[in-house]
Amino acid sequence: MSRYRVAVHIVPRKGILDPQGKAVSDALHSLGFDGVSDTRIGRHIVLHIAAADAKDAEVQVREMCGKLLANPVTEDFEIAAVESA
Amino acid sequence: MKFGVVTFPGSNCDYDSYHAVADTLGLPVVYLWHKSTDLQGVDVVVLPGGFSYGDYLRAGAIARFSPIMREVAAHARAGGPVLGICNGFQIACEAGLLPGALLRNEKLQFVSDTVRIRVENADTMFTSRCEVGDVLRIPVAHGDGRYTADEDTLNRLEGEGRVVFRYVNDAGVPDAESNPNGAMRDIAGIISAEGNVLGLMPHPERAMEDLVGSADGRRIFESLLTRVSA
Repeated sequence: MSRYRVAVHIVPRKGILDPQGKAVSDALHSLGFDGVSDTRIGRHIVLHIAAADAKDAEVQVREMCGKLLANPVTEDFEIAAVESA
Repeated sequence: MKFGVVTFPGSNCDYDSYHAVADTLGLPVVYLWHKSTDLQGVDVVVLPGGFSYGDYLRAGAIARFSPIMREVAAHARAGGPVLGICNGFQIACEAGLLPGALLRNEKLQFVSDTVRIRVENADTMFTSRCEVGDVLRIPVAHGDGRYTADEDTLNRLEGEGRVVFRYVNDAGVPDAESNPNGAMRDIAGIISAEGNVLGLMPHPERAMEDLVGSADGRRIFESLLTRVSA
């Protein structure tokens, strides 16, 4: 087993109202960043785990996201990084 | 009939629920510690309001893994009544006992107020003492109460009469002003397909006596008495 550092992005699903994201979009527009069409605010989770290899680490974290880290009703997740730790 | 009120770390309406049952209904009630695996023979389980596990990750996300929840789920599967109030509603959704999710209030503010909710279905074990269209005055106190589900789920809930309570104005009509959290379709409370798990954001256990401003919550508890004992 090796140690891995896995980072996950969890954001409100497209189509779900994200009032925080909307407020930030509005603020960015008032600063002149007119190109911003959407802002989603979510969570960034970093896990240190033991796994056979990087693929196994990713499989484990996907399962964690499905069962706990993300809400399947309202959130999407993506594995942002899998690194040896 | 015996009630059980689950206490999670961070529950803060467990005492209110206990008081509602013991002192205003005069019925037996016990606290069920979250680490216990014994429902102590209760007929009705109350998942109370509060901030279980500090609302870490998402409201209700961690509480659903408490040992007692396995027993609560088994009780629900066997048709036993479960009343999820506020944080209890969030926990019931996270546990898959009810569909959908409760997200941060649309205006990002914690709301503490007395709202009006209209009874949309009086043919449930929680509303048999009401009539369709009755408006109840019940307090809310939450930061994450925006009921959210996909269109198919919302349509199914509506079609099956599972939207039990909706936020309304003084005239008994839903409008944006009277919806305290931006809940989809002004939904304040829903029931499971089998009709034995009710989740709602408002706190009926805090509206049991005229002394505190409203006794309308009694009608939910008293409905339960009629049906469960029948």
